[in-house]
Amino acid sequence: MSDKKKLQIALYWGAACGGCDVAVLDTNEFILTVAEVADIRLWPIAADGKYADVEAMQDGELDLTLFNGAVRNSENEHVAKLLRQKSKILVAFGACAHMGGIPGLANLTTKEDIFATAYLNNPSIEPGNRTVPRPETKLNGSSLEIPTFFDRVFKLGDVVDVDYFLPGCPPAPEQVKNVLLAVVKGELPPRKSVVGASERTVCDDCKRTKAEKKVRRFYRPFEIIQDSTRCLLEQGILCMGSATRSGCGVRCPNSNQGCRGCYGPAPAVKDHGAKFLSALASIIDSKDPKEIEAMVGQLPDFISFAYRFGMPASILERTHHR
Amino acid sequence: MSYEPKILGLLCNWCSYTGADLAGTSRIQYPPNIRIVRLMCSARVDPTFVFDALSKGADGVLICGCHPGDCHYSEGNYKALRRFTLLKKLLQAYGVENERIRLEWVSASEGQRFAEIVTDMTERVRALGPSRIQPALHTDHAERCP
Repeated sequence: MSDKKKLQIALYWGAACGGCDVAVLDTNEFILTVAEVADIRLWPIAADGKYADVEAMQDGELDLTLFNGAVRNSENEHVAKLLRQKSKILVAFGACAHMGGIPGLANLTTKEDIFATAYLNNPSIEPGNRTVPRPETKLNGSSLEIPTFFDRVFKLGDVVDVDYFLPGCPPAPEQVKNVLLAVVKGELPPRKSVVGASERTVCDDCKRTKAEKKVRRFYRPFEIIQDSTRCLLEQGILCMGSATRSGCGVRCPNSNQGCRGCYGPAPAVKDHGAKFLSALASIIDSKDPKEIEAMVGQLPDFISFAYRFGMPASILERTHHR
Repeated sequence: MSYEPKILGLLCNWCSYTGADLAGTSRIQYPPNIRIVRLMCSARVDPTFVFDALSKGADGVLICGCHPGDCHYSEGNYKALRRFTLLKKLLQAYGVENERIRLEWVSASEGQRFAEIVTDMTERVRALGPSRIQPALHTDHAERCP
């Protein structure tokens, strides 16, 4: 049985890769301190605990739930609602729960196309093999059910009321630690805040030298030998730092990669991709419509870049009826 | 009731808005489907404004600025052109038809031209029909999940 004096916590994954759970483990020995002050009641990746145990809990019995992953199927939704009911504080943990994340890119296509690619038209499928999953299978008089795949991916906030958002793909372990400490000490900011991140942009915290931005050509990272001291955008390498919230420790630009925007839009930015588009297009060094068109043509699949982690959170995707 | 498209006009203060004003004072007739917002410069058009308009029920967005070389702030209209080019590409990926957004240069003396552009755009958008981006759709989660 659980020790009621201890903090009662749960960690859960929806449509996720598991990286967020690893980010919790990456707090190293700190996680042992957590285990001392807290009872981990549910953590599918690392500890025991069944849905039935959660269902048997009183409402609000859990002090804190860290929910990572997007909501992609009926199981994700069921557990999200269940954990909301049982938790005092529900945190959308990581980019997928925060904004839809990488799974959210699926909203650029349809459920039917995804199904066909995975089970029917994939080159690795044996010709003629038509084994496909069905939500319900009847076998020897009993029925087997698997979760239903939704038409689109939702961020956690679309499905339940979320108390805090902890961004990142995955969140920086140091930030995870800070947030857990804030919960223990009762020092959390007002509800609905973004926690474990800064109020500045990645550019503000980036150490690279920034001068006037004028770009004649866009490069993919492998096409150019970069100057590791100069702003990446000025070298024509896409970097979302200008539109993205900081708090990650500038991990990507410090590793010679452009920022991908996993911490989400900077404070007060309504649409991440729109702001990045605005910044990026304005540095194109040309006044000629044809040249500009050609440079824009160097950005294949720009929409997936601009909304890599936030398709379900973008203004148009929220309202677009497909 | 027949379908009347709603078009948002984002016009720069120095040339295009004055051009639209001239169309009015000259009593040039053009469709009432456009709703005009005056901005200081076409470079003030944040792509967010366009997304917002489309998501709140606009069927088209017309952006007008000074002719190349004539910008009151010397280069604002070129910035608008660059953003517009990339914006069009992004909207296409969303499934929004190209003709729903348009960038035009209108000077303060081109009242007639402004009226022609609005007439032409209204007809093109009318032919496309209502935008597939529906305002206030999907607000209730129960509707969204099968």
